[in-house]
Amino acid sequence: MPDVFPPDTVRCDACPVLCYIKRGHAGACDRYANLEGQLVRVDPHILLDRAKSQGTPLVPFLEREGDWDGKIMKGQETFVTAIGAGTTYPDYKPAPFIVSSEVEGVDMVTVVTEGIFSYCGVKLKIDTDRHLGPERNLVRAQGEPVGHVTTAEYGSQMLSLGGVHHLTGGSKSEGRVTCETLLDLCNGQEVELAIDDGASVRVAAGKPPVVNGQQEERMRVGCGSATIGMFAKQWFGKVDDVVVVDDHITGVLSEHQAGKLLGVRETGIAIQGRRSTPGRYFQVAEPGTGWGGTNISDPLTILKPFKAKFAWPYLRLLMVSTTGEQFAYYELDEALRPVEKELPEALKESVGRIRENCEPALTTVLFMGGAGGSLRAGVTENPVKLTDSVKRKLTRVTCGGAPAYIWPGGGITFMVDVTRMPENAFGYVPTPALVAPIEFTLKKDDYAVLGGHVDYVRPLVDVLKEKERQRQLTSHAQNPWPLKPHAGSSES
Amino acid sequence: MRDPALIRMLPDGRRLHLHDGPIDLIIEANGDPQAISAAYEASARRFVSILDELCSELPLLRARARENSERPRGAVAQRMFAAVEPYCERCFITPMAAVAGAVAETILESILGAASLDRAYVNNGGDIALHLAANHFYRVGTVERPDRPSLFGYLEISAADSVRGIATSGWRGRSFSLGIADAVTVLADCASAADAAATVIANAVNLPNLPGITRVPAREISPDSDLGDLLVTRGVDPLCDSEIVAALDSGARTAEILCAQRLIHSSALCLQGHTRIVSPLLVQASIESSQRSLLHA
Repeated sequence: MPDVFPPDTVRCDACPVLCYIKRGHAGACDRYANLEGQLVRVDPHILLDRAKSQGTPLVPFLEREGDWDGKIMKGQETFVTAIGAGTTYPDYKPAPFIVSSEVEGVDMVTVVTEGIFSYCGVKLKIDTDRHLGPERNLVRAQGEPVGHVTTAEYGSQMLSLGGVHHLTGGSKSEGRVTCETLLDLCNGQEVELAIDDGASVRVAAGKPPVVNGQQEERMRVGCGSATIGMFAKQWFGKVDDVVVVDDHITGVLSEHQAGKLLGVRETGIAIQGRRSTPGRYFQVAEPGTGWGGTNISDPLTILKPFKAKFAWPYLRLLMVSTTGEQFAYYELDEALRPVEKELPEALKESVGRIRENCEPALTTVLFMGGAGGSLRAGVTENPVKLTDSVKRKLTRVTCGGAPAYIWPGGGITFMVDVTRMPENAFGYVPTPALVAPIEFTLKKDDYAVLGGHVDYVRPLVDVLKEKERQRQLTSHAQNPWPLKPHAGSSES
Repeated sequence: MRDPALIRMLPDGRRLHLHDGPIDLIIEANGDPQAISAAYEASARRFVSILDELCSELPLLRARARENSERPRGAVAQRMFAAVEPYCERCFITPMAAVAGAVAETILESILGAASLDRAYVNNGGDIALHLAANHFYRVGTVERPDRPSLFGYLEISAADSVRGIATSGWRGRSFSLGIADAVTVLADCASAADAAATVIANAVNLPNLPGITRVPAREISPDSDLGDLLVTRGVDPLCDSEIVAALDSGARTAEILCAQRLIHSSALCLQGHTRIVSPLLVQASIESSQRSLLHA
């Protein structure tokens, strides 16, 4: 046994192994860990909740006295997903499972298949105002180009990754790394990405993004100008001027329409950057990972000297970022130079309010692919009819049971939120291309009309008999039930 | 506050899940329903005392095994020692290198003592003990990286092969590794032998003095690790092709020696997307690359 331990080592007594666990580490079981010197259980809820939600008794097996037998599942409550379905080849043969079931008196058919998507990628929405890199610049994983920075959205930076050109149009290594990156993102794993002339980010679906090693906590409440509009009343009378620093639009209370309406007095403040309309400034600094998505760490660098004609000694100035994460309070001295002071009690609330109104920052991963090719031949003898049926919402498209948004226009181009799909639903082939599950559900009558492989339709109960390779999961709580008749495919 | 052992059926109603401390087993038996019940009951009865047995002589099991070492007393511990003994004079190894395989094997033995089955497996976190009655076979999926569970190939193991144990080791796994392999999978006569060999081969997939590999004394992460102050791998930067080939060459040489000595049947070594198969010609178990034929979208 070791004799000298660093302080904060705890000894776990949850099992006879009696592990010594260092601060920040887990024991041999990976279930108990040392969190700040305390022994904590790190996984209990996962195991129990899963078991509970799936109705599995947690009673010891021996109490059940050998009455074990494969539980019979109620047909209507089971939806066969395409995960692990594989398929037959070549394409004109029917899909691996064409399953019929009766739902609310209607005969439904689900065509279940896994597709190889050479045309596919992910759209990443990263909730941050920090500048991740210029639009159109390459996004790299392990040094290989895997995508690019695309149009930013309100409060979020957008990346578009994958696509046929990175998968198969570049070097072998580029294709392999692109495929790995897409696969990991779709399966909920964390991926590290570096943007040319920009930041490096660590992202995983449904988790906060980490930008240059710093985890994002909150989205901004609005642009700097919007923030002035929202909080002007709360500041009025408690401070003489407020600057909300923002890479997009920096707002200044005394010049802003909201301040004018309240009768805020002119302060002689002068801001670097390009004035858009009164109290709204573009380009006060370079984009970066400092205050409000700019590159500044000292907010005074965006101020020019106060105009002596309007300013006065002891003038009170608050500078705050659009997330409330950064703030500083100043008073002017006799020479009208700002001197930092402690934030007065009366202003703490408004800064806290900005923070409170910022939603948690997350990374969202949408898988996007096109089922326009021969995959449709596994569903019907006349592929265009499937496209037509999907467009008319007679056929619902799901991915592993999760609702898919279908793009208008030609083909079956869809997007799906990977966090609503079962774990590890995606695979790959060395082509390289991603393998994703896709299910088409429609009324049996409609299936016959569009030239479906009706001779291959099998009742659900028959499919369920082949338990060998099956895994039962509980449906995601937010997903509409895929078999419910008469619901549109693009609803979610 | 000793947690009780967990014994339950998984939601599929077919597989049994046994869990106690760091031991986590998934068991499935195929055959007559009554035989399956008997098998599961026997496995649960045997399971509940295993952790205590092991812990009663833990210091001995964590010490380097030597030819003249004191022999452990417990049945599982003896299997562990026997599995690492062939390596004990050529490298640092402790009986703990075979603990997962030895536990799986012991539970399988209790199952076969209670029931006559077509097939059964006991999977202890990837270290698997198999039973196959005549004319039965298992198809086993293999993954390159445990954190990226896409199948890259299949193994077909039939009753006629003498393979009854499969084990995987690598630095990304739950146990420490001295090497840089993402995963080394080994087929052997029994699970404990496969477990020990996978550890030894994974340790050998290595390149000394290569920058970009994070190595930390095992004790810094886990104060009572059996590996003490030996440097274990915690991170591997992307390697160039020639480095990958050299590291795999090193592991493959060790695997070839173990094959020649009949300690293992075959082995698959994975490192950053490259895979090397080491297998003597006569072995019937074949690792074929995944030929899933899927519909092109």
